[in-house]
Amino acid sequence: MDLNLSEEQEQLVGAFSALYAKESSTDRVRTAEESGHDPALWDRLREVGVVEMALPEESGGWGASMVDLALVAEQHGRHLGSDPLIEAQAAVRLLDRIGGGAAADALGRAVSGVDLVTLALRPPRRGALALVPSGAVADAVLFLDADRLCCLRPGSPRATVATLGALPVADLPVSDDVVELAAGAGAVEEYERALDEWMVLMASALSGLGGRAIEIGVEYVKERKAFGAPIGSFQAVAHGLADAATAVEGGTLLSREAAWSVAADPGRAPELAALAFAFTAESAREAAYRSLHYHGGYGFMLEYDIQLFFRRAKAWPAQYGEPRLAYARAEARRLARNATEA
Amino acid sequence: MDFSLGERSDAFRAEARAFLDEVFTDEMRAEMHRTGVRHNWDFHRAQVERGWLAPGWPVEFGGQGRDPMEMLAFAEEFQRAGAPTYAVGTTLMVANIIRHLGTDEQKRSILPRALGGEIIIVLGFTEPEAGSDVAAAQTRAVRDGDEWVINGQKMFTTNAQEADYAFMLTRTNPDLPKHRGLTTFLVPLRQPGVEIQPVYTLSGERTNLTFYSDVRVDDGLRIGEVDGGWDVMTVGLTFERSGAQGGESIRLLGAMERWAASAEDGDGRPRGEDTDVLARLGRAAAENEISTLLARRSAWVHDSGGLPGVEGSMAKLFASEALTRQSADFVDLLGPDGIRSAGDDTAVEGGAADYAYRFALGATTYGGTSEIQRTIIAQRGLGLPRH
Repeated sequence: MDLNLSEEQEQLVGAFSALYAKESSTDRVRTAEESGHDPALWDRLREVGVVEMALPEESGGWGASMVDLALVAEQHGRHLGSDPLIEAQAAVRLLDRIGGGAAADALGRAVSGVDLVTLALRPPRRGALALVPSGAVADAVLFLDADRLCCLRPGSPRATVATLGALPVADLPVSDDVVELAAGAGAVEEYERALDEWMVLMASALSGLGGRAIEIGVEYVKERKAFGAPIGSFQAVAHGLADAATAVEGGTLLSREAAWSVAADPGRAPELAALAFAFTAESAREAAYRSLHYHGGYGFMLEYDIQLFFRRAKAWPAQYGEPRLAYARAEARRLARNATEA
Repeated sequence: MDFSLGERSDAFRAEARAFLDEVFTDEMRAEMHRTGVRHNWDFHRAQVERGWLAPGWPVEFGGQGRDPMEMLAFAEEFQRAGAPTYAVGTTLMVANIIRHLGTDEQKRSILPRALGGEIIIVLGFTEPEAGSDVAAAQTRAVRDGDEWVINGQKMFTTNAQEADYAFMLTRTNPDLPKHRGLTTFLVPLRQPGVEIQPVYTLSGERTNLTFYSDVRVDDGLRIGEVDGGWDVMTVGLTFERSGAQGGESIRLLGAMERWAASAEDGDGRPRGEDTDVLARLGRAAAENEISTLLARRSAWVHDSGGLPGVEGSMAKLFASEALTRQSADFVDLLGPDGIRSAGDDTAVEGGAADYAYRFALGATTYGGTSEIQRTIIAQRGLGLPRH
């Protein structure tokens, strides 16, 4: 067991931490709230290669491991990046695995930067894909319809949906501009894997978000005095933060294990992905909630940064659905594995 | 980054599992349940014969020099099997303190017997008026020549009826501030003046209230300095909180998953296909994985040369609170059948949920309550000020 990052991973984290600190300050996050998307940030991320990074070397990418991607996603979460990093990476990896004709074409456009490709997390209902992550700014959307994996080029203009997390999501009608990329059991399997990868990366982002929310809360309760003492010295406050910090650290370990298992323990990877996603959705929310609440009335003011964390902690994972659904997804896999092993 | 415990640990885990399958019999399990004593001399002797009482200790002390990761795999298997490990655990914890802080004579006289399985040492910290505030101990030790005379009471002296010594926190100087007038001794229990009164607990485990009237202990069995007992305790309590976590929860979830795989609802639909059932089991699965990971992180910190204070507290807090939450949820999940008790023939999966519901509340207390752990995490981990 070794929980340390490698030297290369330390450098990776350092580089992305610096990039996000510069290009995703909370001022920038606020400015981007109108559309939910910060084009200048996304340009910087593309310049440093976040799309190529996610692809294997044999496909002309950098061959980063899921652990590497997870570490970058943690920084995205810590800094509340208004960028489509997670869905874009999951989508290009899916295109790469599918390969051939239309998928290869779509991948080429994504890598060259012509297209931003995203992933719909739920199948279409009544002819539309609801609340597609980065759907308001994407050029192409990968989605699964029964056992058909398809690519939609959504039309414009697209109505911006106002959301809790100020996300660039969109409700997209499944128009005529749809290409089938693959069909059958293999297509479903690859789509599910993409969803697992989105969950792992989102879990990492939520771990980063939760960790930063705790730091903000800790900084505040050390400074703020009431009844003649820093409020962080009161057990009612300190213990709530201790519980939340424990859950965030546990969730971070689980997210990293889920990312590690993709290569090292593939039999458990799908189960761990959903567990990590569901748990960090809860732990990030709890961390942001505690931290906001311990700000007292100030936490309720838009001026304080903690509200940015509180809203996204709930809204980011809700793009998939409530945590219970992911817990159930994981448990169904556990029961299937138990049945196979027995 | 590597989350595997390594090939050596995997191999040792497999050996431990095979040993438990062979040695830890259903009869032993039933006897543990009947008597409430989580110690079994046959099992103890089998462990000694295998050289596995303290495989993590250096070879010169009778161990096998197993590394902390191998020991974690070993402890995880013993805990997940529900093997009787309490008495060995306390004995080794005290042996470890003696190894670090004891005199040469103490090491010579105590360690071989402890590691050879000849003696059992139990803990005598808690008192009727001193639980979480363990430094408030009132049990008095007064010097009398080369001996000390002890008078007082200790609570939760689990396995005292099987034991040779109690590792005891006593007050030697009531005039000094609370934490400074304490001294620790290894008190021989088989002597006049020691009275052991059984105490039965919520989940059926037997513990004891022990009384000490003019009990004598040689100064040679004093551990650490006179009035320096708190330093000894600080080391000891850290040992108590490191180690595997989540064994009870993992056994409980296993039972619930067997139930979900076989039970049907009123319409003949398998419970294991119901999203609500799956979500509740899945939540426990996430918590159990995290309990395991937090404990492994502590062991890794220890293995890397650190002292896992905050990490150990997080692991202990999380695992015990998770068990408390899950066990209540699983009693609910089973519906009215959830209240059929462990040991009753009609109970679901041996009454695992009922048992865990009872057991969990002990886990949030021993080794320092959840409140104590949260204070450690807040002050030492998050750097929050003391009040």
